[in-house]
Amino acid sequence: MTEQIGRRVPRKEDRRLLAGHARFGADVQFPRMAHVRVVRSPVAHGTVSRIATEAARAQPGVIDVVTAEDLPADLRIPVRLHVEGTDPGERLQPVLASHTVRYVGEPLAVVAAEDAYLAEDAAELVELEIDELPARLDAGSGDDEVVADFGLGYGDVESAFAGAAHVARLEFSVQRHSGVPLEPRALTVDYVPATGGVEIFGATKVPGFNRRVLAQLLDVDESVIHLHAVDAGGGFGVRGEFYPEDFLVPWLARRLRRPVSWVEDRAEHLVAVNHSRQQRHRLEVAAAGDGTILGLRDDVWHDNGAYVRTHGVIVPELTLSMLPGPYRVPAYSGRVRVALTNKTPCGTYRAPGRFEGTAAREQLLDLVAAELGMDRVELRRRNLLTPGELPHTRAMHTLGTELVLDSGDYPRLLDRALDTVDELGWRELVARGRAQGRLLGLGLSLFLEKSGLGPHDTADVEITSTGRVRVHSGGTSLGQGIETVLAQIVADEFGVSVDRVDVVNGDTTLQPFGTGSWASRSTVVAGSAVRGAGRAVALRVRELGAEVLEAAPEDVELADGVVRVRGAATARALDLAEVWLAAQPGSPWLRDGEPAGLSARHRFAVDRMTYPYGAHVCVVEVDPGSGGVTVLRYLVAYEVGRAVNPALVEGQLRGGVAQGVGGALLEEFRYDESGQPQCTTFMDYLMPTASEVPAVEIVLCEDAPATTNPLGARGAGEGGLTGAGAAVASAVSDAIGRPAMTGLPLDPGSVLAALGTVTGPAAASADGIP
Amino acid sequence: MKDQHLVTLTVNGREHELVLESRRTLADTLRQELGLTGTHLGCEHGICGACTVLLDGEPVRACLVFGVQADGREIRTVEGLADGDELNDLQQAFSRHHGLQCGFCTPGFLMLAEAYLAGGGSADPGEVREVVSANLCRCTGYQGIVEAVTEVAARRREQAAKAHD
Ligand code: FES
Ligand code: FES
Repeated sequence: MTEQIGRRVPRKEDRRLLAGHARFGADVQFPRMAHVRVVRSPVAHGTVSRIATEAARAQPGVIDVVTAEDLPADLRIPVRLHVEGTDPGERLQPVLASHTVRYVGEPLAVVAAEDAYLAEDAAELVELEIDELPARLDAGSGDDEVVADFGLGYGDVESAFAGAAHVARLEFSVQRHSGVPLEPRALTVDYVPATGGVEIFGATKVPGFNRRVLAQLLDVDESVIHLHAVDAGGGFGVRGEFYPEDFLVPWLARRLRRPVSWVEDRAEHLVAVNHSRQQRHRLEVAAAGDGTILGLRDDVWHDNGAYVRTHGVIVPELTLSMLPGPYRVPAYSGRVRVALTNKTPCGTYRAPGRFEGTAAREQLLDLVAAELGMDRVELRRRNLLTPGELPHTRAMHTLGTELVLDSGDYPRLLDRALDTVDELGWRELVARGRAQGRLLGLGLSLFLEKSGLGPHDTADVEITSTGRVRVHSGGTSLGQGIETVLAQIVADEFGVSVDRVDVVNGDTTLQPFGTGSWASRSTVVAGSAVRGAGRAVALRVRELGAEVLEAAPEDVELADGVVRVRGAATARALDLAEVWLAAQPGSPWLRDGEPAGLSARHRFAVDRMTYPYGAHVCVVEVDPGSGGVTVLRYLVAYEVGRAVNPALVEGQLRGGVAQGVGGALLEEFRYDESGQPQCTTFMDYLMPTASEVPAVEIVLCEDAPATTNPLGARGAGEGGLTGAGAAVASAVSDAIGRPAMTGLPLDPGSVLAALGTVTGPAAASADGIP
Repeated sequence: MKDQHLVTLTVNGREHELVLESRRTLADTLRQELGLTGTHLGCEHGICGACTVLLDGEPVRACLVFGVQADGREIRTVEGLADGDELNDLQQAFSRHHGLQCGFCTPGFLMLAEAYLAGGGSADPGEVREVVSANLCRCTGYQGIVEAVTEVAARRREQAAKAHD
């Protein structure tokens, strides 16, 4: 069997998804299931004086109505990703609000009924008396509740700025938007009368952490809580964190002693699930006359919404720690103030902190180049870290790890991207368009990513009765294709095809030590764990096989799923099912005290991340009449170290670009002055369709295998998004002849405003790629 | 008392008699009454297209149609595309072109595309892109979807032309 790693193997997930046989959270149904509807605050800020539930209770089919009074006192959801030195204290989100509501959409009560329609009817009859208070809606307005204020940096920034020939300054803002997976959240919970435990379907991302939190909040042993693997309709950072509903639904199942189903609707999703991205940056760069960066400063206001949720203040931390990007920045200081506002609380969205920071930094670099009259590419080339300078340590910590840029060749990746742009003739395309008087622009951004966060993950591999290879991994399937990737990794240990491998992700009983899928870590960390477990089982297969074949272990080989004596083509061979049989209890081949079965557990631990990197290039056209921006061409160059499945890596990058284009041009959670959300349907929250997303050229680089894991892989979950806001902004500013844009989204209004100060089509940029 | 109606739905060629409340959507009817959970709900307000099914051959959003409105009519859902274990040409093309990731939008795109193909849809990628822009996908960036539908359109037209000769 040829190696499976590195091949474009068709996905194992596809068949069930294409046939309509997948099982998403809302597809799991039990007899006598109660249906839950959450009653949410209709105001942004207020004091709750009364919640009257009698009318709702009196409705036919209503089983129960619950408010904070019915719950144990002051239940709050803890932080999963703690940043040292910060303390969210009183601002952790309660499971149900009792006295004060702090955003529209905050859960206040829960109705359980025999049917979802009845639950929704009854929820409307829950009467809320809330005295409205003034809503705080802007971070950095002067009247702020700052929940964290911290800095990161290194080097002597003061002297860098004092001695600089040139200082460029830019204010750049990024709007509130988020992951918005196509499947809303859904939880089905079955109650187990014998143990008082719960079987949970639908919480997909970090099941191990969620089980721990739920056990603590319910005050039960973790062993009576079982989170099952289900399909999930996209994660993007927001799905599967521990939300109030993740307590309420299991708690209700125990209270009612029956199965309970909760399916979020889209309007709820858009106000309840983590928002993200909203930041305002004030950046300054000190440069020598030749464009060499001497120092960098950033002062960030981060709007975190009403509470600190499971992500704590990790997004602001990542913003600061990743801001210097792939460049040689001798001195850096970043400060962030995390402000609470009366809007939906925030968490991570794919490429958290990097989408925002990359857009701000890259626009700053475009500005410096313009101010110094330099070519934008030349400026970047001058400041990119070279292979000889790696590994490069920045005296900062992020996600609890030391920031060491492991290896790579950043200038080479830039060359490969630009060579491809030349081959594709994009510069000519822009020039031709401009000659016709159209507003075309070419944009470029470079970025640094991070992936493969530890500290560990665990995997089990076993051989089953028909000789199949079964994997119980600690990752979770969010649609990214991780089942296929893990199958490829383990298949090579036995020389079988992925068709002989079954992967179960995210089941807390089958894999109690799993740490989940997030931060582009699964291929790297879960993959390395699976490889280790597979390798251990393969060794056992060879040992036991040798025993049966009456050969020395070093004389047998395992290939194509068969153990045979090396070089002896005619000798007896054993397939995996036969070796499995030899490992059964009572088998004459098992020695005293030797465990039965063919299985192994492996824990992979790593204390550092690996840092992938890449470039985005795009061509846009601006309509001077409407201010509308059309993305005509798009390219991503990305260093993935080693692609386990190149097709899936490309898919990750393409999907990221689509979301990035949405974030650059369309998507925004807007609020009115009283804090009412204005985007609670897909009519108002605009996600890109096939008409807005161009085909994406991919330059997939495997020039610099990661040194932090045995696969050499770097994660690929986020790089399609990281540079997108930056590249589109760069292209728009090029199209309209401005040195830099001042924020996202580049919606018609802001583009027209920027256009207002220029006359006629843009002057062609001084350099070739702007 | 609830207003209940006795209706007959033919789903994927099979007839079902059901008692339905008039406000129950076709999507909920398929998913809950008939256990056909391949039809997904992404918005329940007619924008995302995840719930697309064919009603007498026409693509409709099953979240916007009431079950009772389908009385006496033919419904086709994603579960009816494969022939036993054998995925149809469009399903296979989606897999080949990596036209799905999480797969939540996929049933809707498949049904939308089936209607387009059944109407003799052209294999022009621009036109296909426009057709599939009726639905939302959050994962793939649409490229694989456009490629898959375009390829099948070309192949089915070829087959139709041959059958004509
Ligand atoms: S669920 Fe019907 S269109 Fe979105
Ligand atoms: S594949 Fe996930 S929404 Fe389309």
